[in-house]
Amino acid sequence: MKTIYLDNNATTRVAPEVIEAMSPYLGEYYGNPSSMHSFGGQVSIHLKEARGRIASLLGADAEEIIFTSCGTESDNTAVLSALTVRTGKRRIIASRVEHPAIKALYERLGKQGYQVVEIPVDNAGNLDMDEYKKSLTPDTAVVSLMWANNETGVIFPVEEAASLARERSILFHTDAVQAVGKIPINLKANAIDMLSLSGHKLHAPKGVGVLYVRRGTEFSPFMVGGHQERGRRGGTENTAGIIALGKACELAAANMEIENSRVRALRDSLESRLLGAIPNSRVNGNTPNRLPNTTNISFEFVEGEGILLLLDEFGICASSGSACTSGSLQPSHVLRAMGVPFTMAHGSIRFSLSIYNTQEEMDFVVEKLPPIIERLRGLSPYWKDERICTTAGNAG
Amino acid sequence: MWEYTGTVKDHFLNPRNVGEIENPDGVAEVGSIACGDALKFTFKLDENRRIKDAKFKTFGCASAIASASALTEMVKGKTLEEARAISNQDIADYLGGLPEEKMHCSVLGQQALEMAIQSCQGAPAPAAGAEIVCECFGVTDREIEKAVKENHLTTVEQVTNYTKAGGGCGNCHDKIRAIIDRVLATGTPAIAPEGKPKLTNLKKIKLIEEVLEREIRPSLRHDGGDIDLIDVVGDRVIVATRGSCATCQASQVTLKGFVESKLRETVSPELMVEEES
Repeated sequence: MKTIYLDNNATTRVAPEVIEAMSPYLGEYYGNPSSMHSFGGQVSIHLKEARGRIASLLGADAEEIIFTSCGTESDNTAVLSALTVRTGKRRIIASRVEHPAIKALYERLGKQGYQVVEIPVDNAGNLDMDEYKKSLTPDTAVVSLMWANNETGVIFPVEEAASLARERSILFHTDAVQAVGKIPINLKANAIDMLSLSGHKLHAPKGVGVLYVRRGTEFSPFMVGGHQERGRRGGTENTAGIIALGKACELAAANMEIENSRVRALRDSLESRLLGAIPNSRVNGNTPNRLPNTTNISFEFVEGEGILLLLDEFGICASSGSACTSGSLQPSHVLRAMGVPFTMAHGSIRFSLSIYNTQEEMDFVVEKLPPIIERLRGLSPYWKDERICTTAGNAG
Repeated sequence: MWEYTGTVKDHFLNPRNVGEIENPDGVAEVGSIACGDALKFTFKLDENRRIKDAKFKTFGCASAIASASALTEMVKGKTLEEARAISNQDIADYLGGLPEEKMHCSVLGQQALEMAIQSCQGAPAPAAGAEIVCECFGVTDREIEKAVKENHLTTVEQVTNYTKAGGGCGNCHDKIRAIIDRVLATGTPAIAPEGKPKLTNLKKIKLIEEVLEREIRPSLRHDGGDIDLIDVVGDRVIVATRGSCATCQASQVTLKGFVESKLRETVSPELMVEEES
């Protein structure tokens, strides 16, 4: 069975060009870049190239790039570093819809006595900027706001938020894991102090991430050990992964236009055709400030896990914010923060596309999904034959 | 991804007896859309007061749909008394097992069955006096007590898996723990001792060791504790508690309630557990 992969916010396919670029460093060139012999040393030249390519995609300088193992490590490093260099300040700020890499860290810090402030979002998932401004008190150590939301694709005005933080000498970090490669980023033109990205979200393999730290920003390492990354992150470099990420960033720069034209068009047509074909459905996070590849659609009165398993029967991969799939017993914290009603939240499905998706795949989903929803609604005690119009209505 | 058995998948992909019976003899609606799963269960009796037909409608995940589908198949042809004997574990067993985190789906089915039988017999709906323990999912102390007793649950996490109680904000964890302790302290009903041959001392020690390893240590370790068998003198089982059990206020309750009743049930009804002094 053919796989139709529409779960690119979970992870992406490693680009063939990336596999080609990295494989010599898994095979022939296995040397340690820190070694004094030229067999190892030659690898460091290629790491430098990769660092430059990544910096170029971000509008950063090469020495502002620190390699890590993943987005979560980058997020943890950034926040914990800020708390170390801002000793004494007890307030930490994030949004209510952060990824678990920040959310769980903040919960832990809250238990350790830090005052955690979570900025709310509106029904469309937009950040409440008035609340945000009010939250920036002199006692604040750090702000961490995601650039784009992994579940809905909603983009936060992080550049504006970073400027407001800088005016008050508060460190600003952004989790840009979903944004990098999909929307243009130029760190030279904004006040962001730290930024996290993850390789496997942009067609590099799992196991490599980056923390950008602006030159001049005080920093305290999370992993200490060898002198790698100029003492800012100990541990032997993931050479193949870093070279892969360099290649992936080069490709991302070249493909950014496609993401924002062809991928966006595929997403828009998938979304509007599904809304047209399925009554009592709506888009969560329906705002112009949205990633071009993501749509989160709720189908009222059905539960997400059933939808995913029936899609899986056709080889279609997606994800859901329902309780049964979240691993907890409650639907996604993102949808709850947006005030999505329970009848809708449990039946939410996220489709996240990539440049590898085609129109035929969208057609296939549009053909297969409506009967699946109808079938599950046939089982649901809440679905009556007459088409109920909810107050939420069809958006989109 | 959940690991569902072939039977669960089959009942999800090809659910049996979907719908609602008109003018049913028994009817129940349990769960709610806010909680993420809900079940409407109806049945009809024949002239001999056996269940002739049963139907369901479910909002919920694959295992909730499969549990309800299984339930409708299981009750057919049964008298009300026979149907009443079906436990949530029976539903799970019928499906070849459910992931631990999904056991609440089988509990939902069992609750619907019990309520439907009550409605058929004209008995009042759930007995008065039940108190909501988990506000997030509206679970009462009676429901938790029942799940703890029938499924021999010993941890809050297990109670959450079986009833959802405690799966939201977590504010009720202390109350749930208190219910578990209360149930354990009163002891599980001892299994009739007849038919069990008198054990030699050696065999007794071996059996006790096995039960400790298989049934007791996993629960204690889950809470950061452990237990060692020190000696067996006649029917006196002398143990030492380790880890968090050693400092835990409730360890006496655990020893007497859980360990002793488990050993009495599985090895010999005369056993008495004592802590090494």
